[in-house]
This record gives sequence, C-alpha cells and structure tokens, in this order.
Amino acid sequence: MSLWLTLAVNSIALGGLLFLLSAGFSLIFGLMRIPNLMHGSFFMLGAYLGVTLLDRRMELNFWLAALTSAFVMAVLGGLIERFLLRRLNGRELPQVLLTLGLSFIIADLCLMIWTGDPWQPATPAHLRGAVQVAGLFFPLYRLMIVVVAVVIAVALWLMVDWTRLGAMIRAGVDDPPIARVVGIKVSRLFTLIFALGAALAAFGGVVGAPYLSVYPGLDAEMLPLALIVVILGGTGSLLGALVGSFLIGFLYNFGQAMFPDLAYVILFLPMLLVLVLRPQGLFGRVMS
Amino acid sequence: MTSVIFKRVAAGTAIVTLALLPLWVGNPYYINVASQILIFAVFALALNVLVGYAGLVSLGHAGLFAIAGYAGALMLQAGHSHLVANMTAIVVTIAASAVFAVLALRSTGIGFLMITLALGQIVWGIAYRWAALTNGDNGVNVTNRPSLFGVGLASADAFYYTTLVAFIATFATMAVFVRSPFGASLRGARDQARRMNALGYNVWLIRFLAFLFSGFWTGVAGLLFIYYNQFISPQVAALQTSAEALLMVISGGSATLLGPVVGAAIVVVMKNVVSAYVERWNMVLGIIFVVIISFMPEGLVPGTARLWHMASRAVRERRKSAVAGTIAEPPT
Repeated sequence: MSLWLTLAVNSIALGGLLFLLSAGFSLIFGLMRIPNLMHGSFFMLGAYLGVTLLDRRMELNFWLAALTSAFVMAVLGGLIERFLLRRLNGRELPQVLLTLGLSFIIADLCLMIWTGDPWQPATPAHLRGAVQVAGLFFPLYRLMIVVVAVVIAVALWLMVDWTRLGAMIRAGVDDPPIARVVGIKVSRLFTLIFALGAALAAFGGVVGAPYLSVYPGLDAEMLPLALIVVILGGTGSLLGALVGSFLIGFLYNFGQAMFPDLAYVILFLPMLLVLVLRPQGLFGRVMS
Repeated sequence: MTSVIFKRVAAGTAIVTLALLPLWVGNPYYINVASQILIFAVFALALNVLVGYAGLVSLGHAGLFAIAGYAGALMLQAGHSHLVANMTAIVVTIAASAVFAVLALRSTGIGFLMITLALGQIVWGIAYRWAALTNGDNGVNVTNRPSLFGVGLASADAFYYTTLVAFIATFATMAVFVRSPFGASLRGARDQARRMNALGYNVWLIRFLAFLFSGFWTGVAGLLFIYYNQFISPQVAALQTSAEALLMVISGGSATLLGPVVGAAIVVVMKNVVSAYVERWNMVLGIIFVVIISFMPEGLVPGTARLWHMASRAVRERRKSAVAGTIAEPPT
C-alpha cells in the first residue's frame, strides 16, 4: 500500500475517533454553553477503564469492554453534572473552572492507578489482518473504527432529527428559556446530554486505545482537538463535528508526515481561518 | 479619610516588611520562595486585568508567559546582551498579545476562553515539537543572571530585591490603572458593553489595549521567571500554568488589587509545601479549584472582607444595643 493511501486510511480512522470525542463535546457546548474541559479526561479515563477490562479477563470481548467503560463514564458524567455542575447553573466561569479542576484530579488519579507507562491493548483478534478491496489491502481494525463512527453518527443524527427527544434537545439548544416555558425539562436534558457525551468520549477512548495507546497527558492532547473540531464545525452541530473531525484527521496525519515539527501547529490553522472568516463555524448558526 | 491614611500606612508597612524580609529570613530557600511569589504575583496581576477588570477569562496566558521566556532565553543563547534580549522579548510578547487579542476578541465569554485556550496550546505545540527552534523537551538554559549597577543578581537576596522592585512597579501601575479613566472604561465595557458603545466608546479598542497591557506585564513576569529558574521548558506553556495563574486570580479575588497577590502567595506556598511531601500537586490543585468554586466563589480577599464587614457590623450593633439597653434601663 502506498504511503499516501496509508495516510488517508489513518486520517479517516483518526477522524472517526475525533468524531466520537467531539460529538458529545459539541452537544454539551451547544446545549449547556459549557466548554467541558473534562472531555479529554473522559476520553482518557474511559480508555484506561477499557484497557483494564481487556487486561484482567483476557479477550473479554473488545466491544463489551468498550460498552462497559462507556456505561461507567455515563454514570460518572451524570453524577458530576447533577451534583456539582447543576449547583452552578448558568454561571459559566465557575462551571468552566470546576471542570478544569476535576480534569486535574482525574489526570492525577489515573497517574496514581495506571502509573506513567503507556498501555496499549492488542488489537482484538477478529479485527487483525486486512481486507482486500480493488487490489489494495486495508487494515481491518482502522476500517472498523470508521464504520463504528459512521454508525454512531447516523444514530445520533436520527435521534436528534427524528425523535421527540431530539426535538427537545434542538429546542433546548435554540432557546432554553422558551423550551422551559413549553414544558421541556431542560435540566434533565442537561444531565442526559452530559452523560451521553461522557459515554461517547469513553467509548472512543477504548476503541482508539489499540491505535493511540493510553498514556498520561492523553487528556490534554485530546481536549484541544475536540476544541478545534467544534470551533471549526460550529457548536451544537453534529454535521459540523463530523466534517471537522475528518478534516482534522487528515490534517494531523498529513501534517505529521510532511512537516513533523509543525504538525501540531498546522492543526490550528483552519481554526484560526474559520475564526477570522466565519466565527460561527462552518455549520454553525449565529448564536443569539 | 481615615481609610486613606489606613491604606497608606498599610502599604508603607507592607513595603518595609517586604524590603526587610531577607534580614529576618536568613535561609535562601525561603527567600527564593518569596521571589517566586512575587514573580507569580506580577503574572497574576497581569492576568487580572483581563479576568477581573475586563471580564475576559484567558486560558492562554501561559502561552504569552512562555513566549517572553523563550524569546529572552533564545536571544541570550544567541549571544545578545541582557538589555537587547529583554527588550526583544517584551516587543515579541506584545506582538504576540496583539495577535492573541485580534483572534480572541472576535468573541467574549466562553468563546474568548476557548480561543485563548487553543492559542495557548499552539504555543505549547511550538515549544514542544519545533525542536529546531526551541530545543523541544530539553528546554533552553539561561547561563547567567545580569548585574544591575554593578551588583550581580546571582545571590538569592539580590534577585529577591530585583523581583521586589518589579513587583512594586507592577502593583503601582495597576493601582493607577484601576483608578484611571481607562480602567473605568474597561470596567464599563465589562458591565455594560452596549451602553459604552452607545456612549461613543470603542469597546473593542478598549479591550484590545487592555490585552496588550496585560501581555506586557505577563512578559515582564516571564522574563523574571527565566532569570529565576535559569531554564525554560515546554511545561511552562502548558495549560496547567494558565490554570495555576487563573487559580491565583480567582482564589485571591478577581477585580481586586490585592487578590491576585494573595492568590499567588497561597498557590506558590501550597505548591512548595505539597511538593515537598507528596507528588500529588495536580490533585491538590484540582481539589482547591473545586472547593473554592463550590464554597467561596468570590475569592478569598472579597470573601474575607465580606466576613470582616459582617463581623464588625455585628459588634457595632451589639455595642449599640448594649448602650440602648443601659439607657432604657429604668432608674431604680
């Protein structure tokens, strides 16, 4: 397989992971107006949980481990929202600082429990190897990440656009006070979205673990990526998060290959361009 | 009037105490801790211009702090004199502040915070990955401290006095700034941006200038920092540094003069004490954040001032009611 094709496949796989990370971030920001600075921590803690599950009971089904981790993080996220963030309702700055403080605590707890060495679970057996398409070989596991991300994207889209719950979420994003007036329990939606965002991030963490591995500082590396994706795509927009994720996936891999020294900085350039030319993001609407 | 006299006496006492500190604290270790506190007090005061008086929370100031530090350290490494290196570093930092400001001021509130966070991460990325320029993770050494008026700053005492002078200069500037028309218009832009606009003020320009002002003092703090440590590494530009500076401002009390100074003292002392016993500084930092935000959201200085007022009022009322009681007592 040529270098460019490898890069492209890696880019799409990373894009899929970034979507899992940033979809929740985007919804939380869109609905609750909180840039959840814990989001990278959810990703990392979820990944560590998954790695532990995979390690203890060898080959506990990979997907089962990912789902378990996602469930645990959903509960944790829900509790944090309900008992800590809720008390700061509407006060943005304290909410931001609280999530920042919690992210430090989570990072240090992870360092205590899982030490500073990186963990990299083996690629699950049924996803090793490659598939042959049109005479070219594609690594199965990377393709799987993309498939999972697309399935989740479609599921989220169906939920947001076609269900009653989705209609309530959209109403909450558009105009929280009016949504409350017509009887939507916006604060319950907050808890739900926060839990969902945490679960998606954790799921992404586990799915990405055989590829990215898990190490201290992963949280601080993923958070800015989620931030860029959301600024690029526009807050609260799932389509924006999807497009932004793949864009950043490509930029990251191709930048890494062509300008290794500046790869990280290149990631931010489209964000700066968007800020200057279209501050609401590619798919965002102007916020009132 | 009495409060003005009281403030002057308090300021005089504070300056004399700080100036005499090396005499009654002989141990260089503690003098160095005092220097650290003053350096971070300058940093926190600079950040407070935006966080407190402009109502714009920046999570990217570690980036500006590191830019000043790296610019100074790299110029020194290239063989330039201290004067040239420092001047260049300040100019570069102000230029970087202007770029930060133009981008971040497209938004306020949460948007501003997110953009500054991203910009800070860019600086971290350059410091960490662009090894050809910044020597990557190995950092840059600053081999010697300068001498001022023929006095070398190598000793802990001499360096302490330098930081003290810089700190007093910063504090005095801030005191003037807060009372100046510019400070008032900045607070106006924070509280009532639309009305300020309607009154003919250019709100964007006011905020832009405040950002440059903050960037300048952040640069001063960054230079003091590299001379103090004689070393700079990408860790300085990390989000954690921005968060610590923000914690100093918020824990002490934003939009007060003394708050950031008190906050800097608390955070630096905590960091030194905690690091001496356990390796869990990050956890402690996080816990302080959560506790302060949950229980004393207005910060320690305003919080204490509020409690003090409440207590003194209670004492006065009790005295008044006691007096009233004696009068009301029927003669026997």
